[in-house]
Amino acid sequence: MASREPKLAVELRNLTKRYRKVQALKRISLQVQEGELFAYLGPNGSGKTTTIRILVGLTKATSGDAFLNGYHVERDSIHAKRQCGYVPQSLNLDHELTVEQNLDIHGRLFNMSRRKRKNRIAYLLHYIGLADRARSPVKELSGGMRRRVMIARALLHEPRILFLDEPTVGLDPAIRRKIWALIKRIQMDGTTIFLTTHYIEEAEFLADRVAFLSQGELITIGQPQDLMDSLGKWALDTVENEQMKTFYFRSQEEARQHASVHPGPFSIRRVNLEDVFISLTGRKVA
Amino acid sequence: MRGWSAVFYREILILKTKIFRQLASMSVMPLLYIVAFGYGLGNEMTVNGVPYLAFLIPGLAAMSSMIQGFNIASEINITRFYWRVFEEFQVAPIRSIAYVTGEVLFGVTRAAMGVGIITGLAWLFGIRLSYNFFFWLAMVMNAFLFASLAVSLAMLVRSHADQALLVNFVITPMGFLGGTFFPVEKMPHWVQILLEYLPITHAAKAMRAAALGNQPDPESYVVLGIMGVMFFVLAVICVSQAKD
Repeated sequence: MASREPKLAVELRNLTKRYRKVQALKRISLQVQEGELFAYLGPNGSGKTTTIRILVGLTKATSGDAFLNGYHVERDSIHAKRQCGYVPQSLNLDHELTVEQNLDIHGRLFNMSRRKRKNRIAYLLHYIGLADRARSPVKELSGGMRRRVMIARALLHEPRILFLDEPTVGLDPAIRRKIWALIKRIQMDGTTIFLTTHYIEEAEFLADRVAFLSQGELITIGQPQDLMDSLGKWALDTVENEQMKTFYFRSQEEARQHASVHPGPFSIRRVNLEDVFISLTGRKVA
Repeated sequence: MRGWSAVFYREILILKTKIFRQLASMSVMPLLYIVAFGYGLGNEMTVNGVPYLAFLIPGLAAMSSMIQGFNIASEINITRFYWRVFEEFQVAPIRSIAYVTGEVLFGVTRAAMGVGIITGLAWLFGIRLSYNFFFWLAMVMNAFLFASLAVSLAMLVRSHADQALLVNFVITPMGFLGGTFFPVEKMPHWVQILLEYLPITHAAKAMRAAALGNQPDPESYVVLGIMGVMFFVLAVICVSQAKD
């Protein structure tokens, strides 16, 4: 029996964006498979948000092409927009209106019937754990609750791809973990997720694959574990002449042996994605 | 055109949350003008044989429809730069014309509320005029035109401060010069020619003629119609271009 060919949910071909003198994106090409949770990792100003804004139709690319489920985001924008939901970095809800009203307006914009809007709103408010706040004005909700409402709004029209731009920025660690659990659940329900983050642990915990972006350039793409394994399993941080240096080893034992002959303070820990980013770019992610 | 009703519905919901403030604010300006200019200056005054208050009310209605129609620019600005809700419309699968239609219809609704308040105040002050079909037609066309202009300019400005400048340099002078408080025919000939290019002059003329029971000049409606279509098309173009 022939296996089912995985479909492309997101495809970028030589995507370039220039703002006057600043080259925000430099010929980015990548593909995200249907059902994947793909993380776009890089420091502030690396081009993560610009990529997402082009994909959802908020920014025009200078050159290159972007597709959502095969629809070109500019030439076939209405169809492309139907494929995706978008949760921007900044909170963009109507604060005077209730949670239910914010969601209802979104449903109307996507031409959903009254019955479907009602059912989906009830389902999603339960899904995000805010069923009891449906009639609360958004201004009365906490930051974490507002973020969950934005996620529910983006899911209302049942998009096949969800774009999350720094979904947990500014949230405390406990709320952040709640959002992570929600994101994982959305993926398990069959939605492709494309998220940007500069939190290393977020990408490590959530992503099936990560792409590193630095100064508008795509540095590398791969599975988090494979990328980390390419350096080693263990990292030894040392301080030499007031400079921090990190060495990588296959085993903890090797790291300990190296540390024993090394003068000065040191620490041994597991390799993380930040190490991969630094080894490739010489810069930190956050 | 799908989606225009969602844009309009959102604006109505937001208006409902502050309806009493809005109605009070819409009432203050005409009330002051009626008292100050109507009673203070013109209780005994007539213009072309018409009592000054009866002359003033249609002019105020024209000015109010312009201001209330144009005021949606501030709301769009706040939505765009402060709350960032405008992005919600940009990522929705709706065309620019649907967005513009929703906003412009809301501008017309606001204008109708403002003019309704003026006609109510006029009635309270004992001024009886004829608010017939041609009066309301000119009001709707004027509000449509200025609401369309408001959407265009809201897409072009980059801050709230720019928005305030536009009101100071465009809307306020038009309100005072376009035949609201005095007959344009009293101005020097060259000024009259300039004022003929202002849509508010035509709105005031048509609304005044209708309210006083005279036949409005069809040319005024043609001018308002042509300019309305031009500004509406401009608004659609500006919204389509409002991307980084």
